[in-house]
Amino acid sequence: MSGSCCGDKKEVMILACSGGSNVGQLTNQAAVELTREGFGKMFCLAGIGGGLKGFIQSAQDTPQVIVLDGCQVGCAKAILDREGIALKSYVVVTDLGIDKVKDRQLSRDEDALARVKLAGKAAAAWSDDATQSSCCGG
Amino acid sequence: MVIKVLGPGCTKCHETEKIVREVVAEASSNASVEKVSDFQEIAKLGVFSTPAVVVDGVVKCVGKVPSKNDVKSWITA
Repeated sequence: MSGSCCGDKKEVMILACSGGSNVGQLTNQAAVELTREGFGKMFCLAGIGGGLKGFIQSAQDTPQVIVLDGCQVGCAKAILDREGIALKSYVVVTDLGIDKVKDRQLSRDEDALARVKLAGKAAAAWSDDATQSSCCGG
Repeated sequence: MVIKVLGPGCTKCHETEKIVREVVAEASSNASVEKVSDFQEIAKLGVFSTPAVVVDGVVKCVGKVPSKNDVKSWITA
């Protein structure tokens, strides 16, 4: 749960697929590190996926949600779609040129991790700009 | 009906509790209103940020102060 209650800062929710592959675990690690850096706070995709109403309501009510999927299977996206939660900031790790491999060692790749984190921040910034600025000079 | 206002205790949480209590009084409702500050209990409900409001165990809003109309709709539903 977010620690700040009454500040003006909008809390950024980070949802990672945390899937059973190198790219899935990259999303998890990115979510952990983005949380440590204070960029946002990782939240329970499993709770949303399990249909737990409080978790679903939290995702629906949080204006800024970053969703990190490891690959095109798009499990996190599918969960949000099922619950009618809009996908505004979305990153697919394999779309960043990072291959999904069958290496069960799941060794840490700092370069790949940095790219995922950067993509997450960029997606959030783009989504924030899109909701704040008008497009056609209005 | 049991209404819980979740939050550690700050301006927005107090405002939320005030609004909930006002609506309950105006509606002459028998609903009980309880303030919950315990982190573990809040986390169990899947609440990402506070203030949050729970009505009969169902989370109604998260991370914002609800309007009086919102609260009215929850207690009269």
